[in-house]
Amino acid sequence: MAAITTDQKGHGGGHGDPNVSYLDVKKGIMSWLITLDHKRIGIMYLVSVMTFFIFAGVMALLVRLELLTPGRTIMDPDTYNRVFTLHGVVMVFLFIIPAIPASLGNFVLPMMLGAKDVAFPRLNLLSYYIYVLGACFAVFSLVNGAVDTGWTFYTPYSTTTNGAVIAMVMGAFIAGFSSILTGVNFIVTIHKLRAPGLTWSRLPLFLWGIYATSILQVLATPVLAITLLLLMLERALDIGIFDPHKGGDPVLFQHFFWFYSHPAVYIMILPGMAIVNELIATFTHRKIMGYRAVFISSLALALFSFLVWAHHMFVSGQSEYANMVFSALTFLVAIPSGVKVFNWTGTLYKASVWTASPMLYALAFLFQFCIGGLTGLFLAMIATDVHLHDTYFVVAHFHYVMVGSTVFAFFGGLHYWWPKITGKLYDEKKAKIIFWIIFVGYNTVFLPQFVLGSRGMPRRYYDYLPQYEFLHQVSTVGSWILAVGGFWMIWNFIVSLRSGKKAPRNPWNSAGYEWAAPSPPPLENFVKQPIITRGPYDYHLATDAEIAED
Amino acid sequence: MTDTTATADTEHEEHEGHEEHHGDHPKWLQHHWDTPAQQFDAAKIGMWAFLGQELLFFSGLFVAYAVYRTWYGEAFAAGSHELNRTMGTINTCVLLFSSLTAALAVRASQLGKKSETTVMILVTIACAFTFLVIKYFEYEAKFHHGLLPGSFFGTPRDMLTFQPIPGAHSPASELPDHTHAFFSLYFVMTGLHAIHVIIGIGVWIWILRRNLRGDFSSRYFTPVDVTALYWHLVDLIWIYLYPLFYLIDYVPPGHRGG
Repeated sequence: MAAITTDQKGHGGGHGDPNVSYLDVKKGIMSWLITLDHKRIGIMYLVSVMTFFIFAGVMALLVRLELLTPGRTIMDPDTYNRVFTLHGVVMVFLFIIPAIPASLGNFVLPMMLGAKDVAFPRLNLLSYYIYVLGACFAVFSLVNGAVDTGWTFYTPYSTTTNGAVIAMVMGAFIAGFSSILTGVNFIVTIHKLRAPGLTWSRLPLFLWGIYATSILQVLATPVLAITLLLLMLERALDIGIFDPHKGGDPVLFQHFFWFYSHPAVYIMILPGMAIVNELIATFTHRKIMGYRAVFISSLALALFSFLVWAHHMFVSGQSEYANMVFSALTFLVAIPSGVKVFNWTGTLYKASVWTASPMLYALAFLFQFCIGGLTGLFLAMIATDVHLHDTYFVVAHFHYVMVGSTVFAFFGGLHYWWPKITGKLYDEKKAKIIFWIIFVGYNTVFLPQFVLGSRGMPRRYYDYLPQYEFLHQVSTVGSWILAVGGFWMIWNFIVSLRSGKKAPRNPWNSAGYEWAAPSPPPLENFVKQPIITRGPYDYHLATDAEIAED
Repeated sequence: MTDTTATADTEHEEHEGHEEHHGDHPKWLQHHWDTPAQQFDAAKIGMWAFLGQELLFFSGLFVAYAVYRTWYGEAFAAGSHELNRTMGTINTCVLLFSSLTAALAVRASQLGKKSETTVMILVTIACAFTFLVIKYFEYEAKFHHGLLPGSFFGTPRDMLTFQPIPGAHSPASELPDHTHAFFSLYFVMTGLHAIHVIIGIGVWIWILRRNLRGDFSSRYFTPVDVTALYWHLVDLIWIYLYPLFYLIDYVPPGHRGG
C-alpha cells in the first residue's frame, strides 16, 4: 500500500511548503492563538509554564528571605502562609505537571514518531485553553485573598479558613482536565501515528516515559478532580463528607488527595527521566544500556505509584497494619528507580562524554536524583519517618526530586531542543557558566535543609529557634545564587532569539529521529515521510549524513 | 531518516488496511492520517482512554460510599427506603433502552441508513429527557421532605427557590443519625451522573445535526460510534448507582452469614 510515501505532495496536497518553517508559515497573533500545530501549541505552553515558574520562583525567594532571621523579617505570618501556599500550588499545578509533557513533549513527540501532528490537534488546543482557564481561576484567587492551606488543601482547615479557597481549588480542578486530555492525546498518538518501521522496540525512551506519564495523567488526575469537587461542595454547601462534626472523615480526604498526588509525583519525574535518556544517548553516542529494562522500569514506576499513597499518612492515625504494607510497597519504588540509575551509569561507563550544556544538566540530574531517591528511603521507613515527618528533611527530599531532578532535566531538554524549536543557537559558553551557578545555588539551598530537618526544624513554620539560624541563612543565600542563574539562563535564551547563530539541522550530531527534520521544522515536520530502519540510539547503524550537523 | 532508509514496514501496512488508495483523501480524513482505518482506531482508543478517566472520576465517590455505608449501614438502609423505588426502576429501564437505541443508531449509521440513524438518535435523546424529568420529580420530593445533604438535612425546601417551606413535614427526625451522609452522596453521585446525561444530550443533538447534514456514511461513522460509547458508560454508571442507592437493606452484625 502506498500509505507511506516519500512524496510530500501526495497527501491531500497543499499542506505546508517544506521549505517554509512552522514559525514563518503564518504571521500575526491570531495565527498563534488558533493554531492547531503541535509545535506552536508546545511553545504557547512553554511561555505559559515559564511565566508561572518565574512567578512561583519569586514566591520561593520571598519565603527564603522571610526565613533569613527568626521572627519577622519582611512579612507577617498570614502573608507568609499565603506566599508558601502560592509557591506550592502554582509550581505543582501550573508549572511542573504541564512543564515537560505539554511544552517539550508537545513539540517533540510527533517529531520523534515521524508524524505530522498529534492524533487530535483540536483537542490539543482545547487542552491549552483549559489550562489557561484554570490559571485564570488561580489568578482570581490570588487577587481575592489567596489561600493559606498549603498546596495539599487538607480538610478541615481548608473548609473553614478564610480566603479564596474555592477559586484556587477550581483552578487546580480545571487545570487537571487539561492534563487528562493531553494524556489521552499522547497515548493515542503513540499508538496510532508511529512512522513506518517505528516498532515499539524502536520507540525512543523519551516517548516511553511520556507514555507512562500519560497513563498516570489519565488514570490519576480524575481522582484529584472528584476530591477537589467534593472539597468545593463541602466548603460551599456544607455537605459534611469530610467534616467530623457531621460524621465525615478528614482522613478520607487525605487518602483521596494522595491517591492522585502520589502518582502526580511520577507525572512530574517520569518526563524528567525520559529527557535524561535522550541526553545521555546523544552526548555519549551510545545505545542506552538495557533499553528494555529502562522502559519497563518506566511502566513499573507508573504502576507502583498507585500503590504507595498512604506513605504520606504514616502519622495521620491510620492502622499500623496499613503503615507496614504501605512502607513495604514504598520500598518497591526503589527497584525501578535503581534500574534506571544503574543503566544510565552503565551507559556512561567508559564512554566518551561530550559535556555540552544539556549533558551537564543530565549529569547533575543523576547526582541529585540519587540524593533525592535515597533520602526517600529514610521516609519510607516508618520508624525514621515518625521523626522526620513534616520537617525540612521532607522539603529537601522532594525538592531534590522535583527541582534537582525534574527541573534540571527540563532545563537540559530545553537547551537540547532549543536549536530545533527556534532555529537558533544559544551562547554555549555562557550556558555552561550558568549551569554551574544553578548547580551550586541549588545545592546550597537544599543540602542544609536535610540537616535542618533531621535536627527537628518543622516545615512551613514562620518562626524558628536560634540554633537553626545559620543553616537557614546558608539556604537563603543559596536561593539568591539560584535566582541569578535562573534569570541569566532565561536571558541567555532570549538573547539567542535576537542574535543567536542560525542552528544547523543536527547541532548535537544525534541519531534521534526528531533531528532528521530541518531546524526549525516545516509545518508538517519532515520534508519527506520518514521510514524508520533502526533504533533511535543505533549509532553504529546511523549514516554519517544522518549525524552530520547539516 | 531521509538518506538511509529504504524498507517499508510490512506490519504497518497490514495494520492500516488496504481500503484507501493513495491520493484518495476524503474531506473528513484529517491531513495527518494516512487511512480512514487509522483515524477511526485513534478515535476509538481516545474515547476508551477518556472513559477510563470517567470511571476513575466516579471511583472516588464509590469509595466514599463504601466507607460511609460500612460505618452507617443502618442510616444508609433507612435513607434508601425513603427513595422511590418505582421511579428508580423505571429510570433504569429507560436508560437501558436508550443504550439499545444508541447501539442501533451506530448499526444504522454503519449500514449507511441515514433516516434510521436519525430515528434512533431521536429516541435516545427522548429517553434521556424522560430520565431527567423523572429524576427531577424524585429530587423535588426529596427537597420537599427535607431529605437533603449535610446541614440542609431536615429542612423542607422548595427545589427551585431553595426557600424553606413552613409547616411541611419532614421524616428526617425519625431517621437514624448520619442519614444526611446518605443523602449527601445520593445527591452528589446522581447529580454528577445527571450532568453526564445532560452533556450526552448535547452531544447527541450535535451528532443528529451532522447526520441530517449528511456527514456520515458507511465509510465514516466515527462520531456516532464514539458518542454511543460515551452513552453506554453513562448507562453503566447508573447500573451501579441504582442498586447501591435504591435496593439496599441493613442486616446488623451477628445476623449475617449463611
